[in-house]
Amino acid sequence: MVKLTIDGKEVEVREGTNIIEAARRLGIEVPHYCYHPGLSIAGQCRLCMVELGNNPRPQIGCNTQVAEGMVVRTDTPKVLETRQSIMEFHLINHPLDCPVCDQAGECWLQIYYMKHGLYEPRMVDEKVHKPKAVPLGSHVILDAERCILCSRCVRFCDEITGTGELGIFDRGDHSEIGLFPGRELANPYSANVIDICPVGALTDRDFRFAVRVWYLDTAKSICPGCSRGCNIEVHVNVRRPHHNQGRRVARLKPRFNAEVNRWWICDAGRYGGKFVDDASRLGAPARGRGEAAIEVGWEEMIPLIASQLRRYRPDEIGVLASPNMANEDLFLLRRLVDHLRLIHVDFRVPPRTPGDEDRILIKADKNANTRGAELIGLGPRPGGLDAHGMLRAARERRIKCLWVFHHDLLASAWPEAEVGEALRAVECFIYQGSNSNGVSTAAHYVLPSAAWVERDGTFTNFEGRVQRFWKAVDPLGLSLADWEILGRIGEAFGLGAPPARAEDCFKALAASAAPFAGLSYRELKDTGKVVAA
Amino acid sequence: MAEKILTRNFHLPGSHTLALYRETGGYAGLEKALAMKPAEITEAVKRSNLRGLGGAGFPTGVKWGFLPKGHPGPIYLVINADEGEPGTFKDRYLLEKDPHALLEGMIISAYAIGAHVAFVYIRGEYVQPWRIFSRAVAEAYEAGLLGKNIGSSGFDLDVIVHRGAGAYICGEETGLISSLEGKKGWPKLKPPFPAIRGAFGAPTIVNNVETICHVPHIVRRGAEWFASLGTKTQGGTRLYSVSGHVERPGVYELPVSVTLRELVYEHAGGVPHGKRLKAVVPGGSSAALLTADEIDVTLDVDGLRNAGTMAGSAGVIVMDETVSIPEALMVVARFYAHESCGQCTPCRESTGWIYKMTRRIIEGRGRKEDLDTILDVARRGAGTTICAFFDGAVGPYISYIEKFRHEFEALISK
Ligand SMILES: Cc1cc2nc3c(=O)[nH]c(=O)nc-3n(C[C@H](O)[C@H](O)[C@H](O)COP(=O)(O)O)c2cc1C
Ligand code: SF4
Ligand code: SF4
Ligand code: FES
Repeated sequence: MVKLTIDGKEVEVREGTNIIEAARRLGIEVPHYCYHPGLSIAGQCRLCMVELGNNPRPQIGCNTQVAEGMVVRTDTPKVLETRQSIMEFHLINHPLDCPVCDQAGECWLQIYYMKHGLYEPRMVDEKVHKPKAVPLGSHVILDAERCILCSRCVRFCDEITGTGELGIFDRGDHSEIGLFPGRELANPYSANVIDICPVGALTDRDFRFAVRVWYLDTAKSICPGCSRGCNIEVHVNVRRPHHNQGRRVARLKPRFNAEVNRWWICDAGRYGGKFVDDASRLGAPARGRGEAAIEVGWEEMIPLIASQLRRYRPDEIGVLASPNMANEDLFLLRRLVDHLRLIHVDFRVPPRTPGDEDRILIKADKNANTRGAELIGLGPRPGGLDAHGMLRAARERRIKCLWVFHHDLLASAWPEAEVGEALRAVECFIYQGSNSNGVSTAAHYVLPSAAWVERDGTFTNFEGRVQRFWKAVDPLGLSLADWEILGRIGEAFGLGAPPARAEDCFKALAASAAPFAGLSYRELKDTGKVVAA
Repeated sequence: MAEKILTRNFHLPGSHTLALYRETGGYAGLEKALAMKPAEITEAVKRSNLRGLGGAGFPTGVKWGFLPKGHPGPIYLVINADEGEPGTFKDRYLLEKDPHALLEGMIISAYAIGAHVAFVYIRGEYVQPWRIFSRAVAEAYEAGLLGKNIGSSGFDLDVIVHRGAGAYICGEETGLISSLEGKKGWPKLKPPFPAIRGAFGAPTIVNNVETICHVPHIVRRGAEWFASLGTKTQGGTRLYSVSGHVERPGVYELPVSVTLRELVYEHAGGVPHGKRLKAVVPGGSSAALLTADEIDVTLDVDGLRNAGTMAGSAGVIVMDETVSIPEALMVVARFYAHESCGQCTPCRESTGWIYKMTRRIIEGRGRKEDLDTILDVARRGAGTTICAFFDGAVGPYISYIEKFRHEFEALISK
């Protein structure tokens, strides 16, 4: 550890820390553009100037490592003047097109101009012109005039993905970000450059002109796209429902978690939330197949489901849970399964094509909560069948009632004909999920689930980290969180009043399932906890 | 007439050949050096007061001393033959007229610092110098002066000649290293300095062609002899590239204690056609300019520093009374705007901005506040950048305007 003084306050930090991070520890912000804690030091923007000891010449904080007894000032007249000058240099060739820029409202040029700029503009000459609205790939669009050439995007592609698509071409004030010839920004993490671009140079083609950022509300969440469980923020637009074509989820952004995803998420996850506002969402409970289907209320549906489950012997019922259900849901399902002494229970359905995986974040298991389903015990009970066995038994009319959560079995590795035959053969097919799919249309009963952004809950990632996600918007239509549906069905079987909150389910889980013992929502905080092995 | 050291053979036909170099005492310094301990050579270079002749004027022996002691991996010697500073053309003469002098200096210097690979980074436009120097390298290999076990001393050295692609910034030592590494010629952040982490991550010494050419003479004739040729703080002679309005432009080798007046009037023959002298840039375009009555200064590093300018690359640009200083500044400003590597914000943005302002003034669209804006922008940007390029540009920006403000104002009030 190294002790130093910044603006008269003492701080102790690890050796190798730079001045920007050391100051951050004291709540002192050293403004910066090119520095990013996840990337190498570039020292290009020159905004992070501080004064060191008696050196009259300010030095950059990003490339200065702390030293014992160092005296740093971030607030001297010289530092403030230098900052102001650097802000002016950053802006002389900037097009100042904030009114039509998606970054407005979260742009570090705007923020720092107000804090550290506020000079009288002196630049009267023609600005340098550069390409505008250039798609770099399927997700990212470039406005080179807005670019401040901090090189963060270049370093991201060089250092994080190792794909090296981007470079800075030409020289002087004609320098320009661009793609190397023949390249496209198509790596699986491409859209992270949008997040780290401090200005409106790289914006999101998907979010382009959709909503002004100051209308967005945010909630902390977990990406459900694979078993990594990257921490994200969900940005929703409910204040201007006429914007963004009625899509409430406007964008997903990475949220820092040192242990899971650091600053990044993959593109598949970032754009994987589209199903929430998709036309295929199931908005109301329904009974009857195809044309004959009629929507009913939950008061009518819950007793119907209960009576169906009572009609069959336990070994005539198959339950196919989903590894995308939250721990809370899975726990209530397990409770019901145990109560009804059902034995044919599983959650594993092999995908048609194996998932891609890499050494950065992406995991081959595209389910958010496989580990949770394993730990809570949603596998076959003694003497019970696994998912594939259940389908065979259904075709052979040994299983007569099948309750499928979320899975689109027609998109699985199993032959479509086999699946179709099984679904047609069962007397009672219950489908519970957020969106309609190939199998939901064959269901006798449809129970609409709220999507993960419409409710609270937790997922357990591949390494056993239990992480919370928070509700960002109300459930669509009459849909309910899976735990609420299961709680009501449980009530019909005399399992007591349904839990009022997801947290109550988690408490009950922690009290009864050993790996979760001792955990609570409070304990999990924002970054989650790894369950005992 | 002072003794010629580096240029002593320039007038001889075949001065670039190994045969002639040997005849005139060449490679005698090498023989002596290889019998010395490497540290003794560095010591001698320190005592000789040899200062870098590429631009910064840093004491050469001191720089060599920054190398980590007992470094286990490779150490590189890099010769800066990029010669991009406007008004400078001396390294070209050395490469063309006496390439073996550079090679001998390189072998001795590499031996002193423990390098077994030396790179020579030659300005891309220098086709002829490159050809001649490459031929000399081949000759040296054939003669056993390069390669394994040089002169049966057990010392190995390979020389790699690398051509630049035409960027001024690739003369800045870390920009040069980036370029040598195959990257865009962007200067690197310091620290770490090249002596600690340079080319390909290895400790590296970058020296100018002329600096290294002096080393064999220091070894042969002694540090004290070399030191005695110059001033208290800088030894030896150096090559002054004189251009512009003089009777005899060219390269002059003189002790560094020569004055600018002597150089312009006695050696270069003074201003032609009876015109009056207006100003002189003493050290390449990045040096602040001196007016006609400021030329009684010695042309050593410290003499010019005390005069508020710099010795730089010793490119002496002479301007007579017909020169419009505002136009001269516009040309210089265009150069810096064009050559800024664009990596760091203050330099990238203000070189372009200042050029636009100077051009506007020349085009008769100047505004009263422009001059103060240029001065303010230059002062605010100075010292904030990654490399010394921008500070080099600030030299002319400020001195041209401060010393000839009336000429600018005359254009503005029109
Ligand atoms: C913008 C810029 C351009 C430079 N160009 C050259 C050059 O062309 N040749 C050179 O020898 N040094 C040049 N230098 C100086 C080098 O950075 C470095 O100081 C020098 O090569 C060291 O050698 P020396 O100590 O022998 O002078 C330049 C410096 C700057 C800042
Ligand atoms: S596009 Fe954005 S991230 Fe990339 S260099 Fe420009 S400002 Fe920086
Ligand atoms: S000062 Fe100029 S030339 Fe040097 S690194 Fe910065 S932009 Fe490049
Ligand atoms: S953050 Fe330090 S120079 Fe950009």
